Amino acid sequence: MQGMMIARAGELLENGTVTRVLGWQTGEFVYDITPAVFESAEELEKGFVYNSFCGNNLSKYLIQASRKEGKILVFLKPCDTYSFNQLIKEHRIVRENVYIIGIPCDGKTDGEFLKAKGVKGILGIREEGDNFVVDTLYGEKTIAREDALPERCRNCKSKKHMVYDELMGEEGEVLDSHRFDMVEKLEAMTPDERFAFWRSQLSRCIRCNACRNVCPACSCEKCVFDNPQSGIAQKAAADSFEENMFHIIRAFHVAGRCTDCGECSRVCPQNIPLHLLNRKFIKDIDTFYGEYQAGEDTESRAPLTNYTQEDVEPSIVYTRGGNN
Amino acid sequence: MQRIGVFVCWCGSNIAGTVDVKAVSEALSHEPGVVYSINYQYMCSEAGQNLVKDAIRDYNLTGVVICSCSPRMHENTFRKAAASAGLNPYMVEIANIREQCSWIHKDMPTATEKAIILGRAAIAKVHLNAPLMAGESPVIKRALVIGGGIAGIQTALDIADAGFEVDIVEKEPTIGGKMTQLDKTFPTLDCAACILTPKMVDCAQHEKINIFSFSEVEKVKGFVGNFHVTIKKKARFVDETKCTGCGECTAKCPVKGVPNEFNLGMDNRRAIYIPFAQAVPKVATIDPNYCNMLKNGKCGLCAKVCGAGAIDYKQQDQFVEREYGAIVVATGFNPIKLDQFDEFGYSQSKDVITSLEFERLTNAAGPTSGTLLRPSDGKHPHTIVFVQCVGSRDTSGCGKTYCSRICCMYTAKHAMLTREKYPDTDVYVFYIDVRSPGKNYDEFYRRAVEQYGVHYIKGMVGKVAPRADGKLMVQASDLIAGEQLHIEADLVVLATAIEPDKTARPLATMLTASMDTNDFFTEAHAKLRPVESPTAGIFLSGACQGPKDIPDTVSQAGAAAAKVIGLLAKDKLTTNPCVAESNELMCNGCSSCEKVCPYGAITYLDKEFRMPDRTTMVRRVASVNPAVCQGCGACTVACPSGAMDLKGFSNSQIMAEVDAICQMK
Repeated sequence: MQGMMIARAGELLENGTVTRVLGWQTGEFVYDITPAVFESAEELEKGFVYNSFCGNNLSKYLIQASRKEGKILVFLKPCDTYSFNQLIKEHRIVRENVYIIGIPCDGKTDGEFLKAKGVKGILGIREEGDNFVVDTLYGEKTIAREDALPERCRNCKSKKHMVYDELMGEEGEVLDSHRFDMVEKLEAMTPDERFAFWRSQLSRCIRCNACRNVCPACSCEKCVFDNPQSGIAQKAAADSFEENMFHIIRAFHVAGRCTDCGECSRVCPQNIPLHLLNRKFIKDIDTFYGEYQAGEDTESRAPLTNYTQEDVEPSIVYTRGGNN
Repeated sequence: MQRIGVFVCWCGSNIAGTVDVKAVSEALSHEPGVVYSINYQYMCSEAGQNLVKDAIRDYNLTGVVICSCSPRMHENTFRKAAASAGLNPYMVEIANIREQCSWIHKDMPTATEKAIILGRAAIAKVHLNAPLMAGESPVIKRALVIGGGIAGIQTALDIADAGFEVDIVEKEPTIGGKMTQLDKTFPTLDCAACILTPKMVDCAQHEKINIFSFSEVEKVKGFVGNFHVTIKKKARFVDETKCTGCGECTAKCPVKGVPNEFNLGMDNRRAIYIPFAQAVPKVATIDPNYCNMLKNGKCGLCAKVCGAGAIDYKQQDQFVEREYGAIVVATGFNPIKLDQFDEFGYSQSKDVITSLEFERLTNAAGPTSGTLLRPSDGKHPHTIVFVQCVGSRDTSGCGKTYCSRICCMYTAKHAMLTREKYPDTDVYVFYIDVRSPGKNYDEFYRRAVEQYGVHYIKGMVGKVAPRADGKLMVQASDLIAGEQLHIEADLVVLATAIEPDKTARPLATMLTASMDTNDFFTEAHAKLRPVESPTAGIFLSGACQGPKDIPDTVSQAGAAAAKVIGLLAKDKLTTNPCVAESNELMCNGCSSCEKVCPYGAITYLDKEFRMPDRTTMVRRVASVNPAVCQGCGACTVACPSGAMDLKGFSNSQIMAEVDAICQMK
């Protein structure tokens, strides 16, 4: 796949369709994948990679990249196309400056994840059937895909691209995922248990802001947490409990716009399952206002900024909140 | 730093009875920025207002906090007082320590503590207030009346007579409403049609009145003085401009078995019909559910006989856009459905009827040409039982808790007229109470009892059972005699409760006008502003606001018209300066605010911005039209970045209030 992508990107640069290519490159280690912009075939040959570590969602980078002169080529996995569409809906990306090639994805693993499974000294990775074959300093290690995938990929919601200009490989289907199973478990807890669960998770937060910085829905020109005038920045740092509220506030801010790409949990250095907060919102929105998947399209009205007469009564929301 | 004056009102004993006002003014005097704090018996009085004005001058106040009643009551009073003393009126904040404190607490220490907290929140807010200036917006000199019953007709006529244009939107093919179906009207017994139809004709002929019959309001945008309304003219398959109302088509139409709504289904009409002889506009309408031509393309007889060539089977719903300065709601009422009242046998016997059906049975234009006959066998009834309060004053949950107000009087009328025309008839009226407080009403009811010998029995009917021979067995209790009664009746008439028309609720949503739990429109003030909705520019006429009879409806219709005329007579309205404003530096241009704005006040501009690296970048940013914005604040909560803010109610002001309440200073 990597070869095909480099070849096609080279062609598009060559014939002038695009002037830049947004893709991935490796960092110090092969599993340290960073988004990168390439401007020539040589640069592509030298640095462009696409492998099972390329989990990064490239959509967010287009907010800046698409406002620059000339067209940019971007490779989007199915789940990334939802974020792309959502940003189009919010008028953040200049669509005519972007050329999208949809690429298939069977789930992306992660270096830290593999290391935790005991795979050390990673030098490379390839896919073989239902397994990942990892090339290491200590020889090849085979690990079942199912065991090496993070939760977001095991519960993949769609293998179908919501938007593209051209497609590589076979188009997939929207899947019946079990992504709300964990949310249901949390809902089944008593308020005290749930509070203890989130305290134990969120108290590990070091406020590195990685979740916010990577989140395609967190793309404000000026984040309220960076704005002393908002009155929120100071609050979220007042004490250790308030600090936890950062994530709650963030979940509220992206509610109805979060496409459930799972980048927040992927980048969290403390392994906090942050995406569960967003999924709770998504599940509630589905129950209260009918099935809605942010990023499925670019035109529809989002349930939280729309009113229909079928909308749930506030009293029902209140009761369900467990406040009784 | 602001220099703030705090003024704590006793409101006689309304506040001082439960709140230690001296403790409040003492506690608030120590708040940061407070340079003056006082309490007084009636702050809204001349003397009280002078306290405020003098303090503004003597202490050079830059902000004022009044701890008193709801801002809906006296915010304006104090803003005016401040303005007259040279302070910007928007530097005044009200802490509501009456409705939200003294009236809902019994315990003085609790209420006092809460009053202090509310005062503290208002002080925290005033610290962040900025002087605001009001603007102006023009008034479109045309009114919309929704509903063409007697309420709508009267309002429209009164507004039009004052020289303003009025549109009436009526969902039925003709205006006239419920009153067209009535026979005689209490207490003078003049015939309903004789007094109503001239008014209908006046409407049709008035050069300032435009009737949209068979039409509905589809969409409402805008605000007081500037409403933009989309009216749906439903397809009637007849060209209104050509139809002369000659009736040739309705006589020739072969589809004869269509239940006639005008006679409440007690006889039939054709698939093409004119509801009644005096309909306005007198134009035929085709019922697409029955017309053979529309259903399967076979017939076309009406088009053949129509000399005017008015029939148009291809007619579509049309949408008309109009602008108005004021809107009057006159959507009226309907009798409730009787599904919950099986004990009266309404669904089991044709001879158990509602009072409105009784009106049709005694009306000369009704199915029996005015002769009172039993619907089942067409014979004269000899014993008639009237049951009052069917579904009214009902606490069982089956009906309505309110009194429908009109039933006592029309039942007395029915009973009296029956005895007058058919003296050999025995007439019983079962009642809980007889309520007849109008002018000449009690005399009218006494006449039914004393002069016409109607048997008024205090007590409710428990059961009506139809017998095989057609008699209705009425089982009832006589509460005064303390005995059970069994009456063999020929006809039972149910004084069915009335409820607001079903179209009222979706309309209220469109108008953002509030309703009570019974779906009656709420007035701005129950006593002092009874014909205005709390939503500016929306007025209420007739039974949509609460059950009322014709005299009350007509009075209210005139009152609503007077309010509309008062509004339309102005050239400009002062606008609320508390409008939204977008901070372009923070705006993402995401359109969230535009989507939630009910007034269409937000547009987007592409603007160039200087970036930190000295390049420029074009960004899409929101821009608020202050003349259209109504300051509802929906955009400020939808904005993800906090770029949208509401003047006078800014995010930071609200935060400051919350912090003050939570003691997080």
